[in-house]
Amino acid sequence: MVLIYLGSLAILLLNAFWDKDAFSGRVIPFDWTLEAFQTLFTVEVYRTIAIRTVSIAVLVTLTDILLAFPIAYYMARVASPGKRRLLVVAVLMPLWASYLVKIYAWRTILQGNGLLDSVLAPLGIAGPGLNEVAGSWLVLSYLWLPYMILPIYAGLERIPNSLLEASSDLGARAGSTFRRVVLPLVLPAVVAGSIFTFSLSLGDYITPDLISDSKFIGNVIYDNSALGNFPLAAAYSLLPIAIIVVYLLIARRFGAFASL
Amino acid sequence: MIESSFVRTALRIVSGGVLLFLYLPLVVLAIYAFNPSRTLAWPPTGITMDWWVQAVNNPRIIEAFWTSMLAGLGATTVALVLGTLAALAVQRYDFFGKETISFIVILPIALPGVVTGIALSSTFRTVAFDFGLMTVIIGHATFCVVIAYNNVIARLRRLPRSPEEASTDLGADTFTTFRRITLPAMRTALLAGALLAFALSFDEVIVTNFTAGPGTETIPLWILGAIQRPNELPVVNVVALALILLSVVPVYFAQRISEEAGGVAR
Repeated sequence: MVLIYLGSLAILLLNAFWDKDAFSGRVIPFDWTLEAFQTLFTVEVYRTIAIRTVSIAVLVTLTDILLAFPIAYYMARVASPGKRRLLVVAVLMPLWASYLVKIYAWRTILQGNGLLDSVLAPLGIAGPGLNEVAGSWLVLSYLWLPYMILPIYAGLERIPNSLLEASSDLGARAGSTFRRVVLPLVLPAVVAGSIFTFSLSLGDYITPDLISDSKFIGNVIYDNSALGNFPLAAAYSLLPIAIIVVYLLIARRFGAFASL
Repeated sequence: MIESSFVRTALRIVSGGVLLFLYLPLVVLAIYAFNPSRTLAWPPTGITMDWWVQAVNNPRIIEAFWTSMLAGLGATTVALVLGTLAALAVQRYDFFGKETISFIVILPIALPGVVTGIALSSTFRTVAFDFGLMTVIIGHATFCVVIAYNNVIARLRRLPRSPEEASTDLGADTFTTFRRITLPAMRTALLAGALLAFALSFDEVIVTNFTAGPGTETIPLWILGAIQRPNELPVVNVVALALILLSVVPVYFAQRISEEAGGVAR
């Protein structure tokens, strides 16, 4: 019985991919796959969008590592147990708050005459408004930050104190203990967190849609499927799938799956 | 402790800054929900409850709320049943393709929602399945299953097998053993999984956008639509704040569960 359920689950997943191809075949009975791919490869805007999406996803991941590390380190190694529990809840909370609501909240902050503009006005600077790609970078970094904090925190917490003491007993200074003991041990956790920040940024289309004018891969997929151009949407969606599968395989090499 | 007091102070300050960053947008939203002005210009012009009254009297919002509840309950139920069975199968039995399943099961989470969405919507279209609440539930179930599966399998790995073996030795059949030994032991894991799955489903917008029919509107879909209509923005603020406040409930319960179980309910 279990196998039947599992089988249907697998078929459901496979089906999702099969039918898409069969469907695109049906939309254009002649020349069925190559046309969409040709468009993707020849029209420059698709390449620009792909490069933009991947760069922002990488940038978001790096930003989140930079922001997450200090607070995760503080939670795992400096804060008292009571404070630590409180901090874990404090980091978890925004994770449970609605994704759309958080994007919307940033929309209110970033828009013309919003909070950011009124804070920056005395300095004579205008905020990015709602059409700069920097806005997407900021909001995506915000959205996925807890996904980075929690694995890094868990990874740091697993490092036994004795290792650090041994390192300093052997004459290593704090800096080199950090670099040579803590960093290698916490790397799988960082990679685990980056799976979330990277793949969630890569596939997002609501944030770029609501925060800036700059389209992402997801927007192209969504817009084309809304317009009924399924072959193009399907072909383009193979790109993030491929990137993420490669990313997951690399992540597995780092032992990141055990830190998930 | 190897951290010098300078490092500790610096960490404290940066951590405070990160927390501020995490909460600032939520606080701003909370302020706007009571702002009498129709525009979102900063600073707010005063305090009012008018928009709250409008929100609870808006039939579209009420209907969307119930749609979201139904979708969440449906997806969670499907996910719990399938996720538990899959976890039991992977944990307890060896079979061909077992390794693949643990990889496949993470895909709906790792793959972009837009991909899941388009894959499902073209499947439904191909088999001429009517778009509506049912398709939303199926769509949500794809990623909710993963949550249930992860929670259950993590618990199963920690459970000793001996009580089950004892039960079998004492003459209980497989089903009785499952009902009276395995299921109670998984209870908190199932609860935590259900909470997370429900919360994710309630919040989902990307897959919903692809799988909902024209007449089906969940709360996130309503928000997405209303954002484009400037005169509805004050009510959007109210609904948004209400959602944030509602999200405290699962966090509270998840925390209680994880304390009770003495493990991480994630």
